[in-house]
Amino acid sequence: MHKFLIDAQEFLPILMQGVWLTIVLTIGSLFLSTLLGLVWALMRVSGIGVLDKGATLFVNFIRGIPIIVQLFYIYFVLPDMGITLSAMQAAIIGLGIAYSAYHSENFRAGIEAIDHGQIEAAQSIGMGWWMIMRRVILPQAIRIILPPYGNIMIMMLKDSSQASTITVAELAMQGKLIASSTFKNTSVFTMVAIMYLCMSLPLMALVSWMEKRFSAGNKP
Amino acid sequence: MIVLRDVHKSFGTNHVLRGFSLHVKKGEIVCIIGPSGSGKSTVLRCINGLETYDGGDIHVEGMRVDAKSDLIQSIRRRVSMVFQRFNLFPHRTVLENVTEGPIYVNQMPVAKAQTQGRALLAQVGLSDKEEAFPKQLSGGQQQRVAIARALAMAPEAILFDEPTSALDPELVGEVLAVMRDLARQGMTMIVVTHEIAFAREVADRVIFMDQGVIVEEGDAQSVLSRPQHARTQDFLRRVTHPL
Repeated sequence: MHKFLIDAQEFLPILMQGVWLTIVLTIGSLFLSTLLGLVWALMRVSGIGVLDKGATLFVNFIRGIPIIVQLFYIYFVLPDMGITLSAMQAAIIGLGIAYSAYHSENFRAGIEAIDHGQIEAAQSIGMGWWMIMRRVILPQAIRIILPPYGNIMIMMLKDSSQASTITVAELAMQGKLIASSTFKNTSVFTMVAIMYLCMSLPLMALVSWMEKRFSAGNKP
Repeated sequence: MIVLRDVHKSFGTNHVLRGFSLHVKKGEIVCIIGPSGSGKSTVLRCINGLETYDGGDIHVEGMRVDAKSDLIQSIRRRVSMVFQRFNLFPHRTVLENVTEGPIYVNQMPVAKAQTQGRALLAQVGLSDKEEAFPKQLSGGQQQRVAIARALAMAPEAILFDEPTSALDPELVGEVLAVMRDLARQGMTMIVVTHEIAFAREVADRVIFMDQGVIVEEGDAQSVLSRPQHARTQDFLRRVTHPL
C-alpha cells in the first residue's frame, strides 16, 4: 500500500494530463453526438419520407462499423482526400458521429413513446411542428430518454480510451506509456481504473439528478 | 360559420364519411349523436384538420380547411377542440396548460395570459387547482381544465369530441354544467355526445348520423322526442333504455 501511494504521487501529474484530455474528448463528443443524434431522430419522426429514409440509412451505416475503424478512417484516410485533422479533432468527430447513432435511436424511442393525443392537443391550440416538439413532446420524452442516455454517456467516457489508437494522449494511453516505461503495471493501471471510476460516478449522479428534475407532473 | 359540403373520408377500405354536409351558424349549438363508428368524431377531426378528407369541402369562416396548408394553424386558433381523453399536458401545471397556447401561439405577454388563465379557471370552478399537475386531478376536473385551455385561445367555436365518455358517471355533471354555461354565453359549439339529456336541453339542432351520413336532423325536440326514422328510434331506445 505504501509503495502504491509513493507511485501514485509520482504518476499522478502525468495521469492528470490524460484525465484532462479524456474529459475534453468526452464532453466534446458528447455534445456533438447529442446534437447529431437529435437531428437524426427528428428526421426520422418528421413524417417526410426522404429525411426519414436518409437518417435510417445513415444510422444503420454508422452502427454497423466499429468505432475504432471509424476513428482510423477519419484520422488516416481523410488526409488522403485533403482533409487533415488533429488527433483530438478526429477523435471528437469520430466518437461524436459514432455515438450519434445510438443517441438517435434512444431519442426516437422516447419521442414515439409520447401519446399521440398530446400532438393533437398541441395542434388543436394552433402549434406548429417545431413548437410541438419543443414545448410538448421533447420535455415529456426527456424523462424516458434520460436513463439510457446516462448509460450511453458512461459508455462514451470509457470508449474515449479508443482515441488512444489514433495517438490522443488521454488517460488510458498515458497509463500504458507510464506502465511500459516503469513496469509498475499494478500501480499504474489501478490508478487508471480508479480515475475512470471517479469520472463515471459524478456522471451517474448527474443523470439521476436530471431524472428527478424532469419528473414534474409525474407523481400522482 | 362552419360549412361542410359533401365530405367523404375513408380509412383504407372503410368509407367513414359518405357525403356529409353541415352548416353551422355563429352561436349555434349542434349536437351530433349516433352509434360508435358512425363517423361522428371523424367529422370534428376533419373540421379541425386533425384528419385529411378525401372529397368535398370544409370551410371555416370562408377559409378552406386543408390539413396540409399553412392556413390550418390559424383555423385551429379559431376553432378549438376538447378531446374525449382530455389530452392535457402532463408535464405542465393546470395554469400552464391554460396559458401555453396564448403565450406561445398568440404571443400574449405572460402576465396577461396568466390573468386570463386564472379567470378561465375560475369560470370552470378550478381556481384552487392552478398549481396542480393534471395527474393530481379527477377526470372531471381535467376535462374542465381542457375546456379552459380551449377557451384561452378565444376561439369562435369549440368542437367537443365525446367530452364525457371517459368520465366516471358521477363526474359527468360538472363538465356538462360548464358546457351549458358556455352555451348560454353564445359560444358556437359542435358536440359529439351520448348525453341525450344534455342535447335535449342545450342543442339548437340535433343530428343523428349513422354509417357516415346524416340520417335525421332537426331541433332537439323533434329528433329526440319524435324521431321519424326507424334507425334514430332504435338508437334512442337503446341509449335511453339499455336493458
